[in-house]
Amino acid sequence: MAIDIQKIRSDFPILERKIYNKPLVYFDNAATTQKPQCVVNTIVNNYYNCNANIHRGVHFLSQQSTEAHENARKTVQNFIGAKNSNEIIFTRGTTEAINLVAHSFGISQCNDGDEIIVTQMEHHSNIVPWQLLQQIKDIKLRVIPFDEKGVLQIDQLEKLINKKTKLIAVTHVSNALGTVNPIEKIIKIAHSQDIPVLVDGAQSAPHTPINVQDLDVDFYAFSGHKVYGPTGIGVLYGKEKWLEKIPPYQGGGEMIQNVSFEKTTFNELPFKFEAGTPDYIGSTALAAALNYVSEIGMQNIADYEHELLRYATDKLTQIDGLRIIGESPQKSGLISFLVGQIHPYDMGTILDKLGIAVRTGHHCAEPVMKAFNIDGTIRASFAIYNTKEEIDILASGIERAAKMFRK
Amino acid sequence: MTIDEKQEEIISEFEFLEDWLDKYQQIIDKGISNKGVEEKYKTDEHLIEGCQSKVWVYAEYKDGKVYYQGESNTDIAGGIVSMLVEILSGHTPDEILDAELYFIDRIGLKEHLSPTRSNGMLSMVKQMRMYAVAFKTKYEE
Repeated sequence: MAIDIQKIRSDFPILERKIYNKPLVYFDNAATTQKPQCVVNTIVNNYYNCNANIHRGVHFLSQQSTEAHENARKTVQNFIGAKNSNEIIFTRGTTEAINLVAHSFGISQCNDGDEIIVTQMEHHSNIVPWQLLQQIKDIKLRVIPFDEKGVLQIDQLEKLINKKTKLIAVTHVSNALGTVNPIEKIIKIAHSQDIPVLVDGAQSAPHTPINVQDLDVDFYAFSGHKVYGPTGIGVLYGKEKWLEKIPPYQGGGEMIQNVSFEKTTFNELPFKFEAGTPDYIGSTALAAALNYVSEIGMQNIADYEHELLRYATDKLTQIDGLRIIGESPQKSGLISFLVGQIHPYDMGTILDKLGIAVRTGHHCAEPVMKAFNIDGTIRASFAIYNTKEEIDILASGIERAAKMFRK
Repeated sequence: MTIDEKQEEIISEFEFLEDWLDKYQQIIDKGISNKGVEEKYKTDEHLIEGCQSKVWVYAEYKDGKVYYQGESNTDIAGGIVSMLVEILSGHTPDEILDAELYFIDRIGLKEHLSPTRSNGMLSMVKQMRMYAVAFKTKYEE
């Protein structure tokens, strides 16, 4: 199915903005995506017409608000193909979701001497939570390396697995390189040794169809704001058997059954993991975003963004002195690059003055930069509303900026 | 030249550059031709860690005046630090501490003074003033 990009663009009011009198070219989608009108409308409508704290309210608005929040959970369930809606935990984002697993799984399932396997291309948010766990338990982090093209050396995985391996936590798509990791394969290998797998889906959920049951993944985390939803809401999917097994992450209202000073019993799933008033406005707006992309079709989005990636790769590699960092044959719609000796910060600053929003720096993946022996990159990341014309603007912007710096 | 005379000189260089890119070209050129910091002083001790660009600032006190050196691993931050060095070098700690750096606003770089900007211009200015305070305390009081 061909998608109508102009129609899609008209759903995003911000794309009409001018930056320094130039039309905005927004290529910082891996950091956050822009929001379609329907998402903003949901937030506004909920606050205007349907705002009340959820659960246990006897009044009409509370029940309506609860229903909207729980319907949102079902929307997420359908979006990622989960078996039950109680396997969907609302969090603040991917980071909180991983912290939840690192803490709750870590303290209950790991013993001193145990090991967690991650990859060399993790975002800091899938490294630091495990290092925090190391302050509580004497666990070791083992790292699957990647090669010079940014491809995970999957043959190393079996060598890293041993009797002490308790969990494999991998990113689906590298936010710094664009590499799509073979998580199906990783999950199969892990499960053959009865090891659960957590997938960081922050960069995959917005760009490709996900079915957690087909993947047979044990935990899957993603952020609302990267999939056209609001900030401050995200999702942790966990298989029911795991979520039942691991203890709550935070304590408070909502997550309890009975509280006394002697003993507290915890609520059932998913509420056990949702202490305090949840972001019920955020959850419904996230559902609006997921409905929006589902209507376009996740496979259509994946196909279109691939076309953009191919086009951009062709176009950018023609630029004198430009080298792409991350050349995996399996790549998502983002390009990390450097031009000659120009510092990414310098290039990003000039591109900004041309109305082009890119991200520069280490992209919260310092081990990746270290592996390539660089300080950082310039990253252009694509979304469903981007066009080939915008890629042309980026390419000529890079050429123009490159002339301004010392060679 | 006084600090303000030097500021006026820099403002006049930028005055006729209407296009943003021309202004940046001017800054970049200053960064490229910047004398930099003597190698022996380019240490972590003299590093102002911004988010993305590294900037080194070093200062010496001679005959009652402060002499700065500044350098960056990026051309834009390098250009900015070289202007600050040009303006503040060769003045007494009091002159430096009393100076109002209005040229930043006048050449359209005010946005760079925000603490969240990654080139750390604010940190550069702070660090340079710190040197002035330190020399004043050490040699003049």
